[in-house]
Parts: sequence; structure tokens; C-alpha cells
Amino acid sequence: MAESERCGRPVPFRGGGFSPKPLGIVGPIVFVVVVAIWEAGCRLGLISPLMLPAPSEALAALAHLVETGLLWQHLGASLHRLVLGWTLGTLLGLAVGFSIGLFSLARAGLAPMVAAIFPIPKIALLPLFVIWFGIGEGSKVATILFGTFFPTVIATYGGVDNVDRGLIRMGQSFGLSWLSIVRKIILPGALPAILPGFRISAAIAIVLLVAAEMIGAEYGIGAYILLAGSLMATDELLAGVAVLSVMGLTINWLIVRAERFLLRWRT
Amino acid sequence: MELRLAGLSHGYGDLEVLRGIDLAIPAGRIVCIVGPSGCGKSTLLRLIGGLERPDRGAVLQTGEPAAGCLNPLTFIFQDFSLLPWRTVEGNVRLALEDHGLGRAKTARIVDDVLARTRLSEFHAAFPRQLSGGMKQRVAIARALAVSPAFLLMDEPLSALDAQTRELLLDDLVDLWGRERFSGVYITHNLDEAVRLGHRVVVLSGRPGTVREILEIDLPLDERSARARDLATHRSRLWQLIRDEVQAAELELVDG
Repeated sequence: MAESERCGRPVPFRGGGFSPKPLGIVGPIVFVVVVAIWEAGCRLGLISPLMLPAPSEALAALAHLVETGLLWQHLGASLHRLVLGWTLGTLLGLAVGFSIGLFSLARAGLAPMVAAIFPIPKIALLPLFVIWFGIGEGSKVATILFGTFFPTVIATYGGVDNVDRGLIRMGQSFGLSWLSIVRKIILPGALPAILPGFRISAAIAIVLLVAAEMIGAEYGIGAYILLAGSLMATDELLAGVAVLSVMGLTINWLIVRAERFLLRWRT
Repeated sequence: MELRLAGLSHGYGDLEVLRGIDLAIPAGRIVCIVGPSGCGKSTLLRLIGGLERPDRGAVLQTGEPAAGCLNPLTFIFQDFSLLPWRTVEGNVRLALEDHGLGRAKTARIVDDVLARTRLSEFHAAFPRQLSGGMKQRVAIARALAVSPAFLLMDEPLSALDAQTRELLLDDLVDLWGRERFSGVYITHNLDEAVRLGHRVVVLSGRPGTVREILEIDLPLDERSARARDLATHRSRLWQLIRDEVQAAELELVDG
């Protein structure tokens, strides 16, 4: 009998893996490397500046935008539409979502309607909104409102449906009023489903914002990008896109903070 | 205040769960209800507590609950039913908030029941930070806060491991010694039934009917020391329900 046979071999390891670990430094390095290759490609003439300007040129365009103060004018107009449309759409969506979650009549009447309208890309309705609300602010805010309303409704009533019925029964067993049960049990219980809904609706809102601003807007990031594109000013175009990226990241960061605060009772 | 169940029958759709239950539940004593799974024990408790409406018959209340009783029929649930977003203190306060007692009085009651259940130092903890036994103690504290006339306990120890169950059982015995509460205690665990029940009601398999009522005369606080007497009662109970349990085992879940 061989030596190893008598002493026993270690059992082969089969576990591990499937749990990506954060490697803080890798992300920034990849970003810097990609930008450096891009910059080098432009400087060496491998990439046509008309097709894709160097990052440094885009940065210069951005700096120009800041210096002239145009950035704040565009950003201000965009944020105004975004905040107004998203807030109104979210408030209405919460109200309708809770109604569907709580009342049989609202559920029977509204849920099929919401299910039917939800999959329509709201951009398709933009021309209709222009006819209804005019080419100005109205149609832009209405598009964003409409786009954020539906995902919020669906996230909200899904959240209400998922509240532990045992907790509701507990509330009833202590004689809590209907309003107390809604406020203290159903609302916090639905929040873990509602907040990710905000993330989705915010992303949709930005898409619709840019699309709406490409139709008859004087100011706004979308209008700026469209104008830059039609003048073949790709550096300015990229500067606008970068602003959108920062805007999206900021909004996401705010929602993550809100989630962390409101759901701190979870792990 | 006493409760009387008169001809209580209940079903879900075509499924008859309880049939003609007549039962008196006296004050100051613990009535344990045992029976095979699916015999409608939990349904019976929900009917007693007014969380469900019986198809036939009624749950009658005689006499008035003591003054200062905020919620005469108070549940303790198997799954604890604590709000995960509220601290221990907040969970106890939930039961008091709708009664308009004012901030000071509410705080006094909360402090008092947390002290009585030895939870004072955990008042700011969230449920996820607590072990199962601690969670159930929070639920007991919450129930005590409303000074119930009846504690309706739905398998309160079934979600706990055996050791924790033993500790909490002692806690409940102590609690009864001090407060002399009236209780209805649902369980499928015969050991719990003979440790806590002044009276043990044996239900038959579905549809549940009262099969037998067993009086156990030993004082609660002496029972843990008199294992032999308990074993006698326990084996008698087991004789009564053994066949029913076996029959219930063989049934398909959705029948």
C-alpha cells in the first residue's frame, strides 16, 4: 500500500467562489486606462476628431460651458423639468398604488388599465402631449410625469401586496385603527419595494427628459446635445453626455442614501 | 371576565374545520388546546379573539374586563409578529399608541413591562438583533402592556429551539404566578400542555370537535418538580390523540 494511501489524502476542495469581493482600486484604474488609450488614439491620429474628439477636447468644451455660465442655464432648465415631473408622477403613483393595494374597487378598476399602459414607451406619446400641452414646459413635464407614474404604481402596489399579512393581523388584534395600520404597518412594510421603484422611475425620467428636450426646447441638456450634434460639434456633444452621466450618478447616490436611511432596520 | 364558546362551527369553502365547539374558558386559569395538526386549533383561537367570524355559533363574553384593560383579548403569535422597523420599545409602544394615553403614561407602561420581562437594557434593539426567545419575550411584553383580560397564545414556543422553549416555559409559569392571567394556549406539544394547562382540551382531527377535557390539579409552579405525575397526564393525552395524529399524517395537505 502506498504511503499516501495509508495516511489519507485531503478531501478535494469544492467550495468557494461566487462571491465577488470589492477591489476598490481596480475601477478607477480601468477608467483611467480607457481614457488614456482614447486620448492617445486621438493624438496619434488613429481616431478622427470629427467622429470622436479627444477626452481633453470634451473637457475643454465642458470648461467653456462652465465659464460662460451656459451650463447652469441648461442644467437648471433640465433639473426643473426633471424634479417637477418626477415628483408629481411619484406622488400620483404612490396615491394610485396605495389605492390599488388597499381597495378592491380601485384594484379591479385601475390595475388592468395600469398594466395596459405601462408597457407603452412613453416617448411614443410625446407628440400627443405636444398637441395637448403645447411645445413648451407642459408637454415635457407631462411626459416625465407619465413615465414615472406607472413604474411607481406597480412598485407601490406590489409592495403593499407583499406586506406580511401576519403583521396586519397583529395590528388588528391590538385594536389598531385602519389608518394606524396603513401608516405604521403597511407603509413601512411596502417601503423596501417602493424605493427600488424610485430608482427605476428616476432612470426613466432622465431618458424622457432628454427625449422631450430634443423637441423644441431652448435650454436643457437634451437641447444642448441636439444642437451640438447638428453642428457636428462632437466635443460639445460629449460634454453634454458627461453632464448627463454625472446627473444620473448623483440622483442614484441620493436614492441609495435615502434607502440606507429609511431601511436601516434591515441588515 | 369569562368566555364561553357556544356551538362554534367554521369552515373555509367546502372544508369544514371546526364543528359544534362548546367550551367555557374561566378567568384566572390557563386552558390549553391540543389536537392533531389541521384540526383547527389556530382557527379556533382567531375566532375567540375576534379575528375571524364563525360560520355558526358564537363566542360570548360574560362580565366586564378589569378597569385599565386596554385590549381584553390579546394575542401572542407563533411568529412573534414584531415590526422589524421598530425597536423593542417601539414595538411595545405600538399597542398603546392608539389609546391616547399621553406620552408620559405610555412611557411609564413601556418601561414597566420591559422591566417585568427583563428586557429593559434591550429597549433600543431592533428585532433582527434579537434571538427567537428574546423576540417572543418582546411580544409578551407588548401583550402585557395592554393589560389583557385574556392572553390568546398561538403556539408561542413552536418557533423556538428546545432549550429556549424550556426557559420561556419557566418564564410563562412565573408570569402566571405573579399576574394570574387568564389564557388560552394552543399547542401541539403535549409537554407544554401539561406544564401550563389547568385544563387541557383535546380536539379531534378535522373537523375539530371537543374530544375530551382534562383537568390537571397540580399547581403550575410545582409541576417541573413532579415529572412523574406530568408523565401520566401526558401519556393519557397521547393515548387520546395518537390515532388522530396518525390519520392526519396520512392526509394530503390540500385534501
